Amino acid sequence: MIKYSETHEYIRVEGEYGFIGISDYAQKQLGNVVYVDMPEVGDELEAGEDFGAIESVKAASDLIAPVSGEVVEINGTLESDPRAVNRDPMANWIVKVRIADPAQLDGLMDEAAYNAFVS
Amino acid sequence: MEEIQKTCLHDRHVALGAIMSPFAGFDMPIQYSSIEDEHKAVRERCGVFDVSHMGEIIVTGEDATDFVNYIFTNDVEEAADGQCLYGMMLNEEGGTVDDLLVYRFNANRYLLVVNASNIDKDERWIEERMNSLRPDGEGFFKVDVEFISEVTSELAVQGPEAEKVMEEVLGIACSDLAFYTFKETVFRGAPVLVSRTGYTGEDGFEIYATDEVIVEIWDALMASGRCAPCGLGCRDTLRFEVGLPLYGDELTDEITPVEAGLSMFVKFGKPFFAGRDVVAAQKAEGPHRKIVGLELTDKAIPRHGYEVLDQEGSVIGHVTTGYRAISVDKSVAMALVDARYSALGTPLQVRIRRKTFPCTVVKKKFYRKSYKQ
Repeated sequence: MIKYSETHEYIRVEGEYGFIGISDYAQKQLGNVVYVDMPEVGDELEAGEDFGAIESVKAASDLIAPVSGEVVEINGTLESDPRAVNRDPMANWIVKVRIADPAQLDGLMDEAAYNAFVS
Repeated sequence: MEEIQKTCLHDRHVALGAIMSPFAGFDMPIQYSSIEDEHKAVRERCGVFDVSHMGEIIVTGEDATDFVNYIFTNDVEEAADGQCLYGMMLNEEGGTVDDLLVYRFNANRYLLVVNASNIDKDERWIEERMNSLRPDGEGFFKVDVEFISEVTSELAVQGPEAEKVMEEVLGIACSDLAFYTFKETVFRGAPVLVSRTGYTGEDGFEIYATDEVIVEIWDALMASGRCAPCGLGCRDTLRFEVGLPLYGDELTDEITPVEAGLSMFVKFGKPFFAGRDVVAAQKAEGPHRKIVGLELTDKAIPRHGYEVLDQEGSVIGHVTTGYRAISVDKSVAMALVDARYSALGTPLQVRIRRKTFPCTVVKKKFYRKSYKQ
């Protein structure tokens, strides 16, 4: 299951875990990614709060947590190859979290709703 | 709010698929392909920028030299006809009203090229000075000032191949133009003004003409395939890498040229100019704050407004411009800091969102330029 937020993060849910990244639409809007500011393993994300930033040459955009949860893994690839987000934003998630409250997923958009939202 | 203005090339930018964004009241192209590609085109080959948003002002009259020298920090009296001079207009507190280029046609005629974001402020400032008595008690300045921004468009052709492109594509001979000189010439029979100037740290030219002529020149450059269209995005990354200031970042109404490290463009010995006493005293005593370069070891990117801290964590300044510099692939910044922390090699920190990162004071020229001298 993949859900999207209005701030263009996605969360791909696998059991009690979620992989959070930015949508294809968002990476296109942003242009070439030059830096991803990631939280650390063990940090607690809070739904609706920023947990890092993704940066193009021109600007930094906050990353907003779609759900609350503990960071269990970060995508280390992005430290040396931030542009992987442009090449394949779905494969190149940013953080993996243990979802604290699965009910928060209900407040997010499914793919069809998100596609309508950005069109 | 005034309606957003468009340059004469607006439809060309849109047709090329540029990302457009409001800048200084104009709907301007930020990028066509990508900031990196356009940046590299200018460093390695040739790029063209629509900079028609810039402001142009003509000063004429028997006191034109005295008047320009009164409102401008550099010395136009010492300049040769056909020379361009960079400098600032200062307020009475020594802060910078604007930074600008002055073109000297002769002792009685000058062109001032000012930032788009300051056109209205500059025009008011110049009119006020014009209507004030001369500081030497000789009555009023005998000058006429003509604001010609709306009927003047401008292109910047920049990069190591710029001279060849100017000559071979546009038929404008310019190998005879030295850096920071200009001439009046023709393109397909129409008058144009061409200077060997720019804002990229590369060799290049700026061309001033009417809308019709500028559109024709743009089309010729595009048709040649030898000149990449470049937006304001890479204009900023290019000027930043070579330590050139941007008004609003490194220069403001509150920042003096001495603080910005631009004293070489201030002729303190001139008989009079607005703001002189303040900046002369500051130059003599040393400024309390300075624009410095910072280099981070981390890849995190310092941005405008971020705090600069000493090693104990006290705020001692702020970032004025910062990037992951494209030509050198380093996270670097210009910052306005307490002068006690401005020595090269001083270890500092910069706060980027929740974390602080170590950085070192370095020279502002992050990339070595290659002008034709």
